[in-house]
Amino acid sequence: MMIYITALATGALFGAGLAVSGMTDPANIQGFLEITGAWRPHLALVMLAAIAVALPFFQWVLPRLSKPVYGAAFLSPLSTAIDSRLITGAAVFGVGWGLSGLCPGPAITGIAYLEPQIFGFLAAMLIGMKIADRLPSPSAKA
Amino acid sequence: MIEMSIFGGLLIGLASVCLMLFQGRIAGISSIVYRAIFHLKFESWALTFVIGLVLGPLLVAAFNGPAAPVIDLAWWQVLLGGVLVGVGSRLGSGCTSGHGVCGIARGSTRSIVATLTFMATGVITVFLMGMI
Repeated sequence: MMIYITALATGALFGAGLAVSGMTDPANIQGFLEITGAWRPHLALVMLAAIAVALPFFQWVLPRLSKPVYGAAFLSPLSTAIDSRLITGAAVFGVGWGLSGLCPGPAITGIAYLEPQIFGFLAAMLIGMKIADRLPSPSAKA
Repeated sequence: MIEMSIFGGLLIGLASVCLMLFQGRIAGISSIVYRAIFHLKFESWALTFVIGLVLGPLLVAAFNGPAAPVIDLAWWQVLLGGVLVGVGSRLGSGCTSGHGVCGIARGSTRSIVATLTFMATGVITVFLMGMI
């Protein structure tokens, strides 16, 4: 039960952060990526502030803890491979991010605004995730 | 607006710390959304987190935060962008939150490479869109 309460509360905190910082406005994302135009620094500030809070925890506190408050173990990504799958995925992600000014967090949080384009984006994103699941793994081919 | 971006970033960082501290999970939104939709039976907490994300703007409105943005994109950008974000976040195992915030905070080289890559293709995409 507690994990549902913490999941809801941390989700709301994260969503509030996205909304208050202007990240749910695609114009701020595209404005950040438009380095030759009227550059908008918001995204850089959001990322730096978030990292400033998270980095000390992940680097210095987490290694001293044995397990999470509610849960069996800390689950961190195990892969350290920098392979074609990672690069291709990130490159494709960036094109979609630039085209729409949206990424998964702000799009989910944006549901609250009841904008038709947010729902369109999310439907397309879920289809894209399923398409990726059907793509052959590059490591299997190589 | 600048102060609000810093404040919002601090909240996002705090939420990422809390999710790891309380549940041992990385706050990577693309993967949480994927679990909430496609692996709900095994990871039902993910849906609760997603519901929390949607409640975020209501909290902000309750504290007289910024108003809802006006979203006015071309539909082809929305739909093509959505598909590419979906494909890319699955293939690349993460998005702006998982790689860009948590991954960098963990000191993961993999996430730093992913973040630099999607920022580069994002910049190129926006530049090319400005030319059409």
